[in-house]
Amino acid sequence: MLERALTGGTRYKKLLGVLLVFMGLGFAAYLTQWNRGLTITGLSRDVSWGLYIAQFTFLVGVAASAVMVVLPYYLHDVKAFGKITILGEFLAIASVTMCLLFIFVDLGKPMRILNVLIYPTFNSVLFWDMIVLNGYLLLNLLIGWNVLEAERKGTHYPKWVKPLIYISIPWAVSIHTVTAFLYAGLPAREYWLTAIMAARFLASAFCSGPALLIMLSYLVKKYSRFDPGKEAIDKLATIMTYAMLISVFFVGLEFFTAFYSNIPSHMDALRYLFVGLEGHHNLVPFMWLFAILAVAGVALLLHPDVRKNEKMLLAAAACVFFSMYIEKGVGLIVAGFIPNPFDKVREYSPSIPEIMIVLGIWATGFFVLSVLYKIAISVKEEVGA
Amino acid sequence: METGRRNFLKIGGICALGLGSLRVVNALGKTETPPKFMANLQGLSAKRWAMAIDMKKCWEKGPPGCTDCVLACHSTHNVPDIGTQKEEIKWIWEEKYENAFPGQQSGMEPEAIREKPFMVLCNHCKNAPCTRVCPTQATFKRADGITMMDFHRCIGCRYCMAGCPFGARSFNFRDPRPYIKTELNPTFPTRDRGVVEKCNFCEERLGAGKMPACVEACKCKALSFGDLEDPGSEVRKALGSQYSIRRKPELGTEPGVYYII
Repeated sequence: MLERALTGGTRYKKLLGVLLVFMGLGFAAYLTQWNRGLTITGLSRDVSWGLYIAQFTFLVGVAASAVMVVLPYYLHDVKAFGKITILGEFLAIASVTMCLLFIFVDLGKPMRILNVLIYPTFNSVLFWDMIVLNGYLLLNLLIGWNVLEAERKGTHYPKWVKPLIYISIPWAVSIHTVTAFLYAGLPAREYWLTAIMAARFLASAFCSGPALLIMLSYLVKKYSRFDPGKEAIDKLATIMTYAMLISVFFVGLEFFTAFYSNIPSHMDALRYLFVGLEGHHNLVPFMWLFAILAVAGVALLLHPDVRKNEKMLLAAAACVFFSMYIEKGVGLIVAGFIPNPFDKVREYSPSIPEIMIVLGIWATGFFVLSVLYKIAISVKEEVGA
Repeated sequence: METGRRNFLKIGGICALGLGSLRVVNALGKTETPPKFMANLQGLSAKRWAMAIDMKKCWEKGPPGCTDCVLACHSTHNVPDIGTQKEEIKWIWEEKYENAFPGQQSGMEPEAIREKPFMVLCNHCKNAPCTRVCPTQATFKRADGITMMDFHRCIGCRYCMAGCPFGARSFNFRDPRPYIKTELNPTFPTRDRGVVEKCNFCEERLGAGKMPACVEACKCKALSFGDLEDPGSEVRKALGSQYSIRRKPELGTEPGVYYII
């Protein structure tokens, strides 16, 4: 099937070309980091995780795109999702690939990464995150590929794939839960020390994943002869609406606990994010943009008639996706480090090479995604689904 | 073709299994005893090493602006002076009361307490969050309570820095060697770029029968060091006679550094 990725129209080739340029720029920036160390980033002694880990955190959420189509299709027999499970699974593969790359570029000693396997440490959440992410990648590769190949041949997929499909559903929950536990179990990071962290991760994953999937499905429909189907998109929109409402509700819960209890250490990070703390307010514009996008997204999604309109739905999906991106991919990680353990505010802003590496990895993810989608769509077009 | 691929995979699988089991066979077939090494007979040992810092002694008896303990530590351990706040590397340093003990201020402290420096360092917590989160056991607890760093195993993920509630850990964002401004101590390793470092309670000196460098360097004897579980130790004597506090005790990490004010 792989050969289908090698042929394609000029548009496909141009897309890959542009992505390759960004990948090259990112790789060049990474070479500087390889030679000079993390000093080229904006990271500091006080904010020791930044954009890399934040992108990783957000993309773990996007990987939920798979489970949100697989679960209804296989457990609830929602036939409409049959056509697009492959799109969800391939998006998950691209997302998890980016996650792993973001972890890799964040390491101070990347050449020692196998130490995580050589000295397995069961009390470290990072060890378990490595297990669940790689496992999820493998599951989606096996399932996606075999199901697609069977579809091409016009046969039923092999029997051994079915148990893997069932395993992949709780496994998807585990990637968000374990990633949330990376943060939620640390004693002095007040912003992360919240019991609903894993629930927040699940909720935001279940809206940002489907949101991207809706936008991608639209592009697929527009530029290929494969139509994912209106019913599937409508159902995805419903899932996204509920998950978005729950996400916004959860953020509200954090506000209530912090501000009604009036405990300074609980309020500090939220203050820093939304109004600034001790004269530092790098993230304030971003967080207000998050708030506006979140409200706009909810407003567009609430009424079924509005979200059944294709243009409106796309706008809503974009609002949901970017608001969740800001919440997880910009605010959450940095605010965990503010104020620092000495109750001082030390801000963080990413450096240019750091941003180039980030863009390079996003381009890599979209490259993987384009190739996988090209294969899937070619097969779908051939069998005339 | 199909059979060929099948056989190839089978043979490949068997080969991989064979290679993989080599380690097991080695482990089972091992006859020679593992190499043993003797501890230095002069070495000091304890059930749990701990430190008490008598800040009053430090402020009253020490000359103003004295940083003997910091200099002794940083020169003993080849701690670099990077020169920026962003990438600062420090093992023991000064913080104000409000920063060392956030959330514990009465707001009406005497000016001396508000303005005078407190010495802060790794607390060598009994329930250390840093060792709990480390994915490679590059940071680990020793039986004598010291929280150790293995600079050769650390992958530089900085999870320990997120885990430490005391900001005790520093990361080598760049090659630290050109920035070692003190005379190089050839008996202690310098670090490489990309690893985390922090105070090690001078385990290398304890092993050779010497007190930690900071304790030895303090002329006014403000730092007492010893076995927390030995009622006759220096540290227990200091703590038994005066009121002491620890940083962020509510987190349950059980810090091993006590402050007498």
